[in-house]
Amino acid sequence: MWRQVAATARRVLLQLAHDRRTSGLLLVVPSVLMTLVRYAFTGQRAVFEGVGPMLLALFPFTVMFVVASVAMLRERSNGTLERLLAGPAGKGGLLAGYALAFGAATLLQVGVVLAVSLWGLSLKVGGSLWLVVLFALLDAWLGMALGLLLSAFARTEFQAVQFLPAFVLPQFLLCGLLVPRDQMAGALRLLSDFLPLSYAVDGVSRVAASGALTGALWTDLVVVAACIPVALALGALTLQRKGE
Amino acid sequence: MENLIQVEGLTVERGGKRVLEGVTFAVPAGSLTGLIGPSGSGKTTVMRAVAGLQRHVDGLVRVAGFEAGSRAAREVVGYQPQRPAVYLDLTVRQNISYFAAMIGVDSAGVSEAIERVSLGAQAAERVERLSGGQVARVSLAIALLGSPQVLLLDEPTVGLDPVLRDELWRLFASLASLGTALVVSSHVMDEAERCERLLLLRDGRLLADAAPGTLKAETSTQDLDSAFLSLIRQGRP
Repeated sequence: MWRQVAATARRVLLQLAHDRRTSGLLLVVPSVLMTLVRYAFTGQRAVFEGVGPMLLALFPFTVMFVVASVAMLRERSNGTLERLLAGPAGKGGLLAGYALAFGAATLLQVGVVLAVSLWGLSLKVGGSLWLVVLFALLDAWLGMALGLLLSAFARTEFQAVQFLPAFVLPQFLLCGLLVPRDQMAGALRLLSDFLPLSYAVDGVSRVAASGALTGALWTDLVVVAACIPVALALGALTLQRKGE
Repeated sequence: MENLIQVEGLTVERGGKRVLEGVTFAVPAGSLTGLIGPSGSGKTTVMRAVAGLQRHVDGLVRVAGFEAGSRAAREVVGYQPQRPAVYLDLTVRQNISYFAAMIGVDSAGVSEAIERVSLGAQAAERVERLSGGQVARVSLAIALLGSPQVLLLDEPTVGLDPVLRDELWRLFASLASLGTALVVSSHVMDEAERCERLLLLRDGRLLADAAPGTLKAETSTQDLDSAFLSLIRQGRP
């Protein structure tokens, strides 16, 4: 099992290394978007300080969601997934290998976007820097885990890409970025309580505001951290060995 | 002789349509069986059912005594799908090493697999830069990893030049003589001649199960194409 995890992680990283454009996009897109937001709100510093931390959670989440779901789908559409599953390889090992590889790529991505935001764009963070790093990483990993899970429900890359508007955008709308969650209509508020991205965004904004390790912050941390292994385990379960 | 593949009354439905109906055959260790039939006759579905990858399967399919697709059966089977299921963005060696690691084959086994398909000179090249025939050989090398007892090769020689095809058929025969049970599908009749035994498939039904010589003798024909045709006509009312 561990040998399979390590072999898969190594192979996925090799593929990323060979595909310079994808790795480049993976590394710089969140930072470029942060820069755009900063200058879109030029002269409205307070707005940037307000939404900036939330976007630190959202951009890596979104990029990793798309990259992970399309990568897994490619594995399915080029026949290698079926081939792996025809052999003794386990589904869990394969998925864990993907998580390890993309998880490692995320370290770099989040490092770059944090460096650009905190120093380049002088985004002010009230709380501990380490908590910001932790939340940004967890949020990116959450996006990756959900992407791997959702890819099981797509048959083509067309479908997988459409999970972005179908699955990510509703969370985007309800996570508290556009309207604070406590001002939403009851039903929407309730719905947003069930969406993992809400906790990811809440957590990072709480850290940015004060950074005190309150009960609410712990809740956010635990929910986001727990959703990652749950999504991966569900992903392993939904990966079908047999096809039509 | 021990039957490594045992198939009885295999019936498969896809989208409400029967793509295989009551297919029954057995393959012993140390044999080279050709699964022959036109495109769309169900060859790939038979392969996938034995590999344990096919849904909606009725009937009995066992590999080395284990249910097809079970963990124990998967340990025994090497499967080469029809389309080359490889990573185009990795090199030949990276591809083969990865699949080797996934099934617990060491680097000596990787080098051996590369040699067997004569890709030593291309080992460091990315698969996307290779010709179609070379890609097919990478795919074959992966199926050969770990010398599985049962080899299911779905059209492994399509698009290869005659010299290479000849080499591969010799390789298949030598693997059979060492005890492997091989099932090789093809739609080309001149390749069928190289098998000890043929399973002729048409419209999801098994039309014949015999040695090439027997088939020709029984239908009083000179070549397998005519034998196949004669069998189809006999089958009609």
